[in-house]
Amino acid sequence: MMIFGDPTISLPIIFAVLLGFSILVYVVLDGFDLGVGLLSPLTQEVHRDKMIASIGPFWDANETWLVLAVGLLLVAFPAAHGTILTALYAPVFILLLGLTLRGVAFEFRAKAPAHKKKAWDAAFFAGSLMASLSQGFMLGLYIMGLQFTQVSLAFACLTAVFLTVGYSFIGATWLIMKTAGELQLKAIRWARQGLWGVGLGLIAISFATPFASERIFSKWLEFPEAILLAPLPLMSLALLAMLWLALQRLPTSNDSWAWAPFAFATTLFFLAFCGLAYSFYPYVVPEKLTIYEAAAAPESLFIILVGACVVMPIIFAYSALSFFIFRGKATELRYD
Amino acid sequence: MDTLILSRIQFGANISFHILFPTITIALGWLLLFFKLRFNSTQDGKWMEAYQFWVKIFALTFALGVVSGITMSFQFGTNWPGFMEKVGNIAGPLLAYEILTAFFLEAVFLGIMLFGFSKVPNWLHTGATVLVAFGTTMSAFWILVLNSWMHTPAGFELRDGVVHATDWMAIIFNPSMPYRLGHKLLASGLTVAFLVAGISAFRMLIGDRGASVRATFKTAVVLAAVLMPLQILMGDKHGLNTLEYQPQKVAAMEGNWETQGNVPLVLFAIPDEETRENHFEVAIPNVASLILTHSFDGVVPGLNDFVAEDGTKMHPPVAPVFYSFRIMVGIGFLMLAVSWAAVFFMLRKRRGVEGVPKLMLWGFLGMTFSGWVATLAGWYTTEIGRQPWLVEGVLTTAAAVGNVPPSMVLSSLIGYLVIYAVLLVAYISVIFYLARKASNKTGETLWAQLKPTAPINQPAE
Ligand code: HDD
Ligand code: HEM
Ligand code: HEM
Repeated sequence: MMIFGDPTISLPIIFAVLLGFSILVYVVLDGFDLGVGLLSPLTQEVHRDKMIASIGPFWDANETWLVLAVGLLLVAFPAAHGTILTALYAPVFILLLGLTLRGVAFEFRAKAPAHKKKAWDAAFFAGSLMASLSQGFMLGLYIMGLQFTQVSLAFACLTAVFLTVGYSFIGATWLIMKTAGELQLKAIRWARQGLWGVGLGLIAISFATPFASERIFSKWLEFPEAILLAPLPLMSLALLAMLWLALQRLPTSNDSWAWAPFAFATTLFFLAFCGLAYSFYPYVVPEKLTIYEAAAAPESLFIILVGACVVMPIIFAYSALSFFIFRGKATELRYD
Repeated sequence: MDTLILSRIQFGANISFHILFPTITIALGWLLLFFKLRFNSTQDGKWMEAYQFWVKIFALTFALGVVSGITMSFQFGTNWPGFMEKVGNIAGPLLAYEILTAFFLEAVFLGIMLFGFSKVPNWLHTGATVLVAFGTTMSAFWILVLNSWMHTPAGFELRDGVVHATDWMAIIFNPSMPYRLGHKLLASGLTVAFLVAGISAFRMLIGDRGASVRATFKTAVVLAAVLMPLQILMGDKHGLNTLEYQPQKVAAMEGNWETQGNVPLVLFAIPDEETRENHFEVAIPNVASLILTHSFDGVVPGLNDFVAEDGTKMHPPVAPVFYSFRIMVGIGFLMLAVSWAAVFFMLRKRRGVEGVPKLMLWGFLGMTFSGWVATLAGWYTTEIGRQPWLVEGVLTTAAAVGNVPPSMVLSSLIGYLVIYAVLLVAYISVIFYLARKASNKTGETLWAQLKPTAPINQPAE
């Protein structure tokens, strides 16, 4: 244990990084399939089948990152886990209903009698919407320090809308990569429209966060931090510009660069996430509980860490295998 | 109603709903592997047909298991924050290992198993099927380690009122774990055996006498006939283990009030906690002593030993434990009778599936979901039997509940119940719809023709 230095300092940091990492992976991966769900009513049924086929082999594994994130919060920071989740009781409930509807609609729409398909498609959309909105709402409340004032609720409503737009955007970029022809053209159009929302949302959250607390304000806007951190917003702006350019040029004749918007969007999510993580460190419950205070006993964390070090690389390997097997343009989902 | 009772109802509802689906996927995964291997070795199309039909039901069941499982993983935080604060050092790593070693494995390879058939070599597809089946079994292993530890905690010490792990081997192989795991895996096998037998019987009843349906029916019946005696044995061992560690639970299961010898086996009664006696008791003399101590005059603990001087009861509510135990065991013996009878008819004059009388097919159809009922009854026995403890001797249920307003819990509870009811109806009707479609019948009309004339032989569930 000593290799990590003082375990009551190093283990909470390691677990905070792991937790952040799984939230980020979840937001990107389930973000694109929730996004596809949000876009699904915008087009006709053949397209919808294609769109859903593009996420079919992945959605379950994507959602598992959420389970891991909640699991890590629960195992590594048990004290914070209870505080955060009881405070967010209502939005968590909406999230769970949404994920349930979405997950089962996947299966039922393909298996139920034809006349029920419309209803399950509606459930698929409604579930994706509920999940995205509630996640955005929780993000907003969290940024506001889990306080239930009028301002913080209004801000949470705003982030709910923006995160939903963000998910639709990354969903559209996923579709650009995974589809061709008419549907791809549509996806490009959706992405162009969504980009404005994403830019607006990033700016709104970047300006609001420092004002949520004195501490965050000084972390960002005082010398020398302000200079050292400048690359973060600058790179985000550059990425927005590159996305805009890429979306103007697409589709190319040989479908080159179809991957680019998705890659840029992922990087953008990553940068935004780093910004948030920087703002909140070292707190896990904003302004109340630091990761050091909330951490579980070192022996318990250590035994999980050993498992994680062995298993995580294997998880990466077989996730990569799955993405490799189902690479290229989406094809119809068939069991044979 | 207060937050505690509402949270308990909500947790009970959620986990009852969740467990229905893993119970099927744990064993169905292995059964699918069996179909696949039979096909690989015989190249007989009927096994592939069986695989392709049941893999659809597997996919559907899996999706329901996943979404309800995600709800489960949030429950600890939203409703039972005291649980993690007190025993998080032990529950945490066990849950983490479940996620790391099981959930990712099954979730990733499920995609390959379901949609990869034409994209990957056959060995890789078979391998993916193995890994998915293995993953579901690992999930069951880890969660049952945790659950068993809550019944028979071991390998820990209390520091400042918080549980700390001292011996992980003792925690994982805690005294009731092997029995609970074995009993649960067998329960899962039996649930699937009766599901497959029931749906195959249904397809035969609507006129599908194809080779594939006959093969799945036969496989399922034989599986049930083999597993059921094992389950009785395992259940007996489990009960003896519980007698050792949670005698008050066994007293409630048996409906035995006084600690004494020559205890009769109560077949039926209405236990009354007020007067502390059984009404309308039907019992076989001495047999409970025989089962639990292997001698007629063995002394068996009674409920009255678990009442403190001041009258506080330290035993679980008697009636629910008593009744649910009887439902489970009753279904178990019914399963034994039905599966052995079917095997008998198949062996007689070597007529195989054709030898099974139509009435029996109706019986199997009626028992399609009997495994679910027995499984739930078993869990109610064991979980309600642990009350008032959440972790036996360490943490009471009342101490773990969060301080969410009751109105909030009530609204979420109603929400869950509504959606669960809808999903359950949709699930069952889609299974029967897929069965009719696979049998290539405009099922509705055939079904309608069949209904009025056929004898109804539906065992009570
Ligand atoms: C990981 C642990 C775990 C597992 C695997 C199970 N349970 Fe459990 N159960 C609990 C952890 C728990 C608990 C957290 O300990 C509860 C919540 C409140 C309580 O009284 O204990 C509980 C309570 C509880 C209750 C309410 C009992 C009462 O309050 O009197 C029911 C009916 C069930 N469970 C049913 C089940 C079923 C059908 C299961 C089958 C899967 C099951 N439990 C597995
Ligand atoms: C409090 C208890 C439980 C929690 C927190 C829980 C959590 C979960 C979660 C999060 C999933 C989804 C995994 C994924 O994304 O792939 C899941 C699935 C699963 N769970 Fe549970 N679960 C609980 C109880 C149980 C029990 C009692 C069993 C069986 C004995 C079980 C067996 C499984 C299996 C086999 C799966 C795989 C999915 C499926 O087969 O449907 N779980 N569980
Ligand atoms: C007639 C034979 C059976 C006997 C004697 C028997 C006995 C038992 C006993 C003693 C318990 C333990 C309760 C406790 O924790 O103290 C139990 C639990 C349970 N039973 Fe059975 N059982 C039988 C049949 C079945 C069948 C047919 C199923 C399902 C298909 C089933 C499913 C379960 C389940 C899921 C549990 C809870 C999990 C556990 O604690 O292991 N049982 N049973």
